[in-house]
Amino acid sequence: MSDRATPAGAPSSGAIHDIGYRHYDGPRLGAAYIRRSLFLDTLRGTYGLGRSARSKIVPLGLLALLALPALAVGIVTGYFGFGALPIGYTEYIFGFQVAVTIFVAAQSPAVMSRDLRFRVAALYFSRPLSRQQYVQAKYAGMAAALFLLMGLPITLLLAGALLAELPVDEQLPDYLRAMAGAALAALVLAGIGLFVAAMTPRRGLGVAAVVGVLLVLSGLQVTVMAMAYEFGNDTFTGYTGLISPYTLVDGVMSGVLGADSSIVEEPPGAVGAAVFVVAVVALVAACYAGLVARYRKALS
Amino acid sequence: MTGGPLTGGPLNATVASLTSRSLLGRRRTFVLLLLPLALLALCTLARILGGLDSDIAAELDGPLSPDLLGAFGIAILMPLLSLIAGTGAIGPEIDEGSIVYLLAKPLNRHSIVVTKLLVAFGVVVAFGVVPIAVAGVVLTGELGSVTVAFTLGALAAGAAYASLFLLLAVITRNAVVVGLVYALVWESLIGGLVPGAQALSVQQWASAVVAEVLGDSAARLGVDSAVGFGTAMVLLVLVTVAATFYAGRRLQTLRISEA
Repeated sequence: MSDRATPAGAPSSGAIHDIGYRHYDGPRLGAAYIRRSLFLDTLRGTYGLGRSARSKIVPLGLLALLALPALAVGIVTGYFGFGALPIGYTEYIFGFQVAVTIFVAAQSPAVMSRDLRFRVAALYFSRPLSRQQYVQAKYAGMAAALFLLMGLPITLLLAGALLAELPVDEQLPDYLRAMAGAALAALVLAGIGLFVAAMTPRRGLGVAAVVGVLLVLSGLQVTVMAMAYEFGNDTFTGYTGLISPYTLVDGVMSGVLGADSSIVEEPPGAVGAAVFVVAVVALVAACYAGLVARYRKALS
Repeated sequence: MTGGPLTGGPLNATVASLTSRSLLGRRRTFVLLLLPLALLALCTLARILGGLDSDIAAELDGPLSPDLLGAFGIAILMPLLSLIAGTGAIGPEIDEGSIVYLLAKPLNRHSIVVTKLLVAFGVVVAFGVVPIAVAGVVLTGELGSVTVAFTLGALAAGAAYASLFLLLAVITRNAVVVGLVYALVWESLIGGLVPGAQALSVQQWASAVVAEVLGDSAARLGVDSAVGFGTAMVLLVLVTVAATFYAGRRLQTLRISEA
């Protein structure tokens, strides 16, 4: 390049560090590629892959905790020749919600808070990656991890049911409904977990905050529902499912997809089902918007 | 330990003000406020429903109020608050390494721990015990035995939890996760399944205090505990004192270069 000839101080259109080396003129992979890499890195990171052995214990342990009973149920069903699975697909996910909650709480800060705490986020944004794309990659990574966590056990259940020669046309619709529910729950939980974690970058506080939010909401839901049930108003009881993310997803599944509800009262009628769907969409959209807004401001 | 004379008594005002500032700074206060607000909202709703329906009003006088205060107040609010306050009082400082500047001062390490514990306990009282007392008044409509019993139970649980979690923060960098696993998995899940594990649970000891204060009406109100009152008190005091002492001991031998 001819930049070397220009004396210091002369106006130059080059970058600050242009000392005359040859430039890279080849194709650039662009923002979409960075987003895909960040998504994969997030997904791997939630299961501790590419991180220290110590950070693999919790996520892989929880995955095993969720998957092993499903495997056992499948084997038992085949061995004793039951006519149906002893536990439903949907029921299974909601039965193990404590494990899912702990996973969300343990991994959300790992996904969000570390970039903020160690001031790495600014480095990401000095690349072509936009803030929306950063949030999209993180959100998709966490949601995929949660979908895997909930989808694997019910897939194992289906495998067990099919090996036990239960009729496919009875099992498959239930299974697909449960998978749809798992996807929905993954989106909702990832949104809540990541948003809370992005607000609490301090070490340790994020975990407590996510568990606190999820636990308090389910605690509230159970108590309010019990009171509403006592009160004897079915409509009110049905709508109490809106309080906790788990029952919210459960309401959508039973209201729209016709799955068996694991909460006492289903959302009332078509209007109730519509309200639950709107609530889920609004919640996911709000979490996404909140995350984007969080990264638009100062990064600390 | 340092050989020179140690200034100050068992408490240090500067340490206290630093700790309270780090605990109540900015966003943290917001998180801390959410928990008691949820409890109060729930109790207000219960009260309103009680006004509309005589069945619920009867339930409120019976087992519903203790149930709400126990399940939401002592089982969820106290461990979570104590976890945030107890680990937050010393954890971030050890994490960032700024504890070195505090340890380099001629202060007794035990007095550092006791001061930090007292500040954490104060936060727990302000954001946990007082709201539980208010919730009790809202639910029962009076400053009666139920309110007093659960306030005292929450006080006992708060002291034990705060000292335990502060010790955890001194011992391990993963104090919050370990504390959560104890509070959630051990106390709720294993305590519910294995009878022996219930005897080793702060929640059960607090219930014993509640049951003792309620006296004869405890059975009617559905409050019971896996341990007796005497055992519970001994264990509560023992755990609080031992955890505090051991935390001070660990702070004396803390390895500072593990950043």
